[in-house]
Amino acid sequence: MYRNFFYKHLRRAAVTTSVCFTALIVTPGTVAAHGFAGSRFFPATLSTDDPFVNDELSLPTVSSIVTPEEGGTRDTEISVDIAKRITPNLGIEVGESFINLKPRGERSVNGFGNLEVGAKYQFFENDEHETLLSVGGDVEVGGTGSKEVGADSFTTWAPALFFGKGFGDLPSELSFLKPLALTGLVGVAIPTSASSRTVTLNEATSQREIEIERHPDVLEWGFALEYSIIYLQEQVKDIGLRPPFDRLIPLVEVALETPLNRGEGGQTTGTINPGLIWSGKYFQIGAEAMVPINSRTGSDVGFIAQLHFYLDDLFPHSLGRPIFGGK
Amino acid sequence: MKRTILSLLLIVLAGLPRLEAHAFLKRAEPAVGSAVQTSPSEVRIWFTENIEPAFSTIQVFDASGKPVDKHDVHLDRSNRALLHVSLLPLTAGTYKVVWRVVSVDTHMTNGNFTFRIVR
Repeated sequence: MYRNFFYKHLRRAAVTTSVCFTALIVTPGTVAAHGFAGSRFFPATLSTDDPFVNDELSLPTVSSIVTPEEGGTRDTEISVDIAKRITPNLGIEVGESFINLKPRGERSVNGFGNLEVGAKYQFFENDEHETLLSVGGDVEVGGTGSKEVGADSFTTWAPALFFGKGFGDLPSELSFLKPLALTGLVGVAIPTSASSRTVTLNEATSQREIEIERHPDVLEWGFALEYSIIYLQEQVKDIGLRPPFDRLIPLVEVALETPLNRGEGGQTTGTINPGLIWSGKYFQIGAEAMVPINSRTGSDVGFIAQLHFYLDDLFPHSLGRPIFGGK
Repeated sequence: MKRTILSLLLIVLAGLPRLEAHAFLKRAEPAVGSAVQTSPSEVRIWFTENIEPAFSTIQVFDASGKPVDKHDVHLDRSNRALLHVSLLPLTAGTYKVVWRVVSVDTHMTNGNFTFRIVR
């Protein structure tokens, strides 16, 4: 297998990044979707999933990082993800990635990863405290991708809890910290196969060799800490920034995975991703560096970048509304 | 893959209707978090989108929570993205402006900010 669990997580996160944003009927005839909790606007994060349910399209998400496999393999992915609200608080999502793997000193291989589908339900919102909670999960459908790029032949389920909290309720003495917000998730990826066997022929001995690869359950956890210039200028202090700088959201994301069993327990991998999001009327653009937290993850800094469309703003009267329950 | 992405992008862009979006505060007078020396006669807020006045409000409160606006929120005659509300004569102190607006595509947004009067 070329791909490690960490990078699978990133791909899953990119899929579910599409699922964002609250959906509430606030006033008859109005909708309040997007990444809002009260007066807090949350952007869609790139590397960790956020708690919102919305109509969105990530087209594309591009990432590249060198993983330790095969002595150093550059893993480059281009992903497309779409999320759609069924009801104001329930959404589904579908994602697919095209993958290029380039082991050091060897030729590269290309192919599609497994199809990923998911759902999310937002069950709690407190506008005054800018707080949101959701539950959801993704399914990586085994056997739908290319073996050449390490797509699993088995399906993996990944239920998770998602949270979002803005700090606009801090006291006025700490007003310049009010633009801070935190989103994140805790989940477990559960493969439907505990291990897989690969049989190869040793040309030197003409004997068959059996390699057994174990697939542990994996704790997926991470968060995004962001400082919204939008919130600063709208709610705290107009510091005079004008377009496009008044729409920036600097952030740091931490995306981690910890195998829980099958001989790999505790071997955490992940990255710390400092970056920047610019949020416009109908889309946002984001880019982050990906700094490996340890040698198991990698040794070189990678990157992730995304163009993300707000379908609820682009198509407020059709595609951008919940199928049921939206007015 | 590139062709697929470009095709999807074109589908999205080709299908765009007349576009409106969430209304964010663009700027305000008095400015967000500012200190002014005289009592302003009104609060004005410019938004990033045109506003639906029937579902949009601005309220202004003093430090004790007492309303100090004249409950006459109205759109500007020449700018549908600008809301006004008149104020009672104000003394020195901190005032909180609470706004809630619905843009013409029915998206609701809200927010609040303070300004101070110093003499």
